[in-house]
Amino acid sequence: MIRLVREIGAATVRFVEELGQLGVFAGAIVRSTVSPPVRVRLFVAELFKLGVLSLIIVCVCGLAVGMVLSLQGYNTLVRFGAEESLGAVVGLSLVRELGPVLTALLTTGRAGSATAAEIGTMVATEQLDGLRMMSVDPIDLVVTPKALAMIVVMPLLSALFIVSGLAGGYLVGVEMMGVDSGNYVSSLRASIDFYDDVAGSLLKALVFGMLTGLIATHRGYTCTPNSAGVSAATTSTVVVGSVSILISDYFITALWGV
Amino acid sequence: MRGTEARHEAQVAFSNVGMSFGRREVFRSLSCGFPAGKLSVILGGSGSGKSTMLRLMGGLVRPSSGTIRVADTDVTTLSESRLFEVRQKLGMMFQGGALLDALTVFDNLALPLRERADMSEAEIADLVHARLEAVGLADVDDLLPGQLSGGMVKRVAVARATMMQPAILLCDEPFSGLDPISAARIERLLLGINRDHGITVILVSHSVASTLRMADHVLILLPDGPIEGSPTTLASATDPRVRAFLGGEVDETLIGGGEDPVPSGLLS
Ligand SMILES: Nc1ncnc2c1ncn2[C@@H]1O[C@H](COP(=O)(O)OP(=O)(O)OP(=O)(O)O)[C@@H](O)[C@H]1O
Ligand SMILES: [Mg+2]
Repeated sequence: MIRLVREIGAATVRFVEELGQLGVFAGAIVRSTVSPPVRVRLFVAELFKLGVLSLIIVCVCGLAVGMVLSLQGYNTLVRFGAEESLGAVVGLSLVRELGPVLTALLTTGRAGSATAAEIGTMVATEQLDGLRMMSVDPIDLVVTPKALAMIVVMPLLSALFIVSGLAGGYLVGVEMMGVDSGNYVSSLRASIDFYDDVAGSLLKALVFGMLTGLIATHRGYTCTPNSAGVSAATTSTVVVGSVSILISDYFITALWGV
Repeated sequence: MRGTEARHEAQVAFSNVGMSFGRREVFRSLSCGFPAGKLSVILGGSGSGKSTMLRLMGGLVRPSSGTIRVADTDVTTLSESRLFEVRQKLGMMFQGGALLDALTVFDNLALPLRERADMSEAEIADLVHARLEAVGLADVDDLLPGQLSGGMVKRVAVARATMMQPAILLCDEPFSGLDPISAARIERLLLGINRDHGITVILVSHSVASTLRMADHVLILLPDGPIEGSPTTLASATDPRVRAFLGGEVDETLIGGGEDPVPSGLLS
């Protein structure tokens, strides 16, 4: 019993400690963002690596999710004779929830793990120490461009996911199930509000981008310098990243009604 | 052995440094000094803490006790941003090279100049090529570190460490894994850096012959503490372990491993 209490206590202390470290790390990233030099070239290179290389996977997944949503939505709606609101059902679920969340989960698995592994390998092979010895701050040169790129890329990928999803929904609903194309588009238009739904969706994606960027770079940066350490950092980026995305999603939805 | 007054003019000085990784103690109370403008060599068994000493000097790890002065600053208590100032005086070549594997050789060497020196790209290119030539490399500009051989990595790493004209140059095993001609070239380069530019050089090396040729000052890390001195004073030492390091004549009792080092069952 006492052991259990002690272990819970120790775990809590570890958790709070880690949260504090993460806060300090985030502070360092913010500081290096606002202080010169501005590293545009590196940032753009990271944007390409994280964003452009995730395009295909995001499009394909968006399309598939839209198609499934449309199929499920049609089968339910048709029971109530309300299949003309298919556009609204597909659109609202994609914009408010599935777009940002699924994009964030996909991006964490694809780009977040890669980021953690890359930085972790640099730690294990003393590349970051090499930079320090040249009086170059590795946060400034390596971490910040990656974290910022993740923040910027997430809303863009999420928007792309939503657009592909709407197209997939149209494909199944209109082309296969025979919903009227005008109905699909007009119910979509009528139900989605720019401020409530679209801006909220972008806000969600932005928050998820911050979480993924911060967790991935921090796990890599603090990784134990060997191959087991790199692999642990990669795994925990995906696990911790996904869990925090889902939990924060609940709170954003509950607090801001997005 | 050097007295404490000699340590005052040392550019790098350890006093009572204790260092452990978790429960593993590397140094209990290490005191030694590396004189300014001289070429010093650190000798010691594998795992005796030579690389750790260099990392301590660079402030990459902090000791558990004691102080380390580098160019009149105690690096053990400095904040990371103050450490960056001290490190501007240091050049460090890591045992494994530590080259950035995403950048080409040229960009690796140009990085410190682009970050910290106010130079045009043409000047940078000239300097990079001059340094590469000094370590005996040509036509490697566009190669990535992963495409280099081990010896080439060492030489690029030496070139990178000398890029910013440091006041103190730290090199971790610059000769290991090199052919005799490349090793001789690096040896001449390091000697030139020390003698012509008055730069303090601190080397970790296993090569006794080159140590005796080059060193002004030698530090041998032994399990029960360090032994320092000039190559000539150490050459006349009677300690069998010092003789083992410097003379290459390893006393049978130092090797250990029992009567039958290769159990016969292993080979049959
Ligand atoms: N990050 C670390 N974590 C735990 N122990 C470490 C770490 N770094 C070094 N050590 C330990 O410290 C001791 C000294 O290591 P160091 O790398 O300084 O040895 P060395 O003298 O450079 O050896 P070599 O000649 O093989 O390069 C070793 O016993 C090693 O086990
Ligand atoms: Mg070593």
